[in-house]
Amino acid sequence: MSGIFTKSMARNIFYGGTTFFFLLFLALTFDTERELPNRDNRAAITPEVAAGKHIWETRNCLGCHTLLGEGAYFAPELGNVYKRRGGDFIKGWMQAMPTGAPGRRQMPQFNLTDEELDQLVAFLKYTSEINTANWPPNIEG
Amino acid sequence: MQYKSQAVAMPYFIAAIGLFVGQIIFGLILGLQYVVGDFLFPEIPFNVARMVHTNLLIVWLLFGFMGAAYYLIPEETETELFSPKLALAMFWIFLVAGALTIVGYLLVPYSTLASMTGNDILATMGREFLEQPLLTKVGIVIVALAFLFNITMTVLKGRKTVISIVLLLGLWGLAIFFLFSFYNPVNLVRDKFYWWWVVHLWVEGVWELIMAAMLAFVLIKVTGVDREVIEKWLYVIITLALVTGIIGTGHHYFWIGTPEYWQWWGSIFSALEPIPFFAMTVFAFNMVNRRRREHPNKAAVLWALGTGVMAFLGAGVWGFLHTLAPVNYFTHGSQITAAHGHMAFYGAYVMVVITMISYAMPILRGRAANPTKAQVLEMWAFWLMTIAMVFITLFLTAAGILQVWLQRVSDTPMSFMATQDQLMLFYWMREWVGVMFFIGLLAYLASFFVKGDAKGVVHG
Repeated sequence: MSGIFTKSMARNIFYGGTTFFFLLFLALTFDTERELPNRDNRAAITPEVAAGKHIWETRNCLGCHTLLGEGAYFAPELGNVYKRRGGDFIKGWMQAMPTGAPGRRQMPQFNLTDEELDQLVAFLKYTSEINTANWPPNIEG
Repeated sequence: MQYKSQAVAMPYFIAAIGLFVGQIIFGLILGLQYVVGDFLFPEIPFNVARMVHTNLLIVWLLFGFMGAAYYLIPEETETELFSPKLALAMFWIFLVAGALTIVGYLLVPYSTLASMTGNDILATMGREFLEQPLLTKVGIVIVALAFLFNITMTVLKGRKTVISIVLLLGLWGLAIFFLFSFYNPVNLVRDKFYWWWVVHLWVEGVWELIMAAMLAFVLIKVTGVDREVIEKWLYVIITLALVTGIIGTGHHYFWIGTPEYWQWWGSIFSALEPIPFFAMTVFAFNMVNRRRREHPNKAAVLWALGTGVMAFLGAGVWGFLHTLAPVNYFTHGSQITAAHGHMAFYGAYVMVVITMISYAMPILRGRAANPTKAQVLEMWAFWLMTIAMVFITLFLTAAGILQVWLQRVSDTPMSFMATQDQLMLFYWMREWVGVMFFIGLLAYLASFFVKGDAKGVVHG
């Protein structure tokens, strides 16, 4: 870099550029918050869904699964599992774990009550109805 | 070393390396669980091992950043640390809190740990990378604030160089954005939206400031190139990083329920995110080529150059591979993501911390550079770990391409688990190069104990 481009110019571009793009990011965030009610299925958030999310978090489900593509990549995507399998299957599946099949990936038994399982299913149903711009590409997730 | 108080960096570096070893052991466990599904089940289920693996990474990098700051700031500001005692006290608090958290993960069921530690009062747990109990999160904030207070007071009473200002900005940003980890709305879309304010604005934002400052410091020391030149580069690099990286957050807002204009903002700006990393590579090679002295610490120079190259490959190239929305539609949340994550974290943050340790540790031990034999072993470790990481990334990328093809592109998509069965060959190869990485790490550890004629007298 030549002598024309001085350190103080570089510094000013840094502070100016960062401030500008951070403010732009805040503006986009503000607009996102305005748009979200049309997409995020918030009308479906009931106390049951909230309890389901709490169960989802306190069993560290994201430590193996993805939810809307985020999490670990060891076990299936669960953002659309309600649509793929349905509520009864999810409950039965969780009660049957672990399979104990030798050499196969194992899911822990979380000993959830029937009420807790319903809450978890309610959370997964709510999640499956978020407008995700058609992701995932197909039902397999 | 020039300032007595720089010595507090040493325990930070030792803890960082120790936790790094733990991280890699759990990485090997995870890699094996990918192929032998019931390995260590139910004692250490996959989710627990993964939590330990990723949380150890974050904690040891934080130890590394703090150690680097305690070493670098006195020398840059030309004054003793404001309070070495506070730095040492924070070291023990952070180490004990970190160790207790890991032990908690391993010995207590996660839901029990949650209710024991106040998660019912303020639910913050169970989100990727932010799995720490509330008490640990509060502890992190306290340690970070005490650390920032200490460093900031030191800078205020001393010389204010560009490197120390940029480092300080990065570290303050790190602490401020971590506060979003306490915000966990029930609305999943908003939860995810602000979760990225911690994760993305850390690793593709303020951490790049910390990284660039550390790299610039080491390059000044080992090349003797004029500070004016290096500082101008530093500003250019961090400008590029934040101008692309802040709006680049949008590449996480494609498919989580956020408005679809993010597909444009995220694709365009994150496509530019490789540029600051490319600039860092050019910067490192340029400065070393224009060096005005031959520093006896060849290993540190190698790590510095390696950081530039591997950060560009891992964060830049592998990030770009799947950052455009039409591509990401198919690759989102696949092994492609895992491939990128591994090489980016290694190339950018692991390597820059090791660069700093490699440069500073001999000086903290009273010599300018380690004996030749120790340096040769350290350079072997560099190549073993770096080449292993390249292959881990390549195998995961191959697995990811096949996964995306079978499960998402095909007209007759296979289920997740049926697809996984088709990827076993790649997962096995990944595990074996993981073993190679671990051997490299053992060589790195051994290099600290190789004796010989120490090079040079103590100097800064």
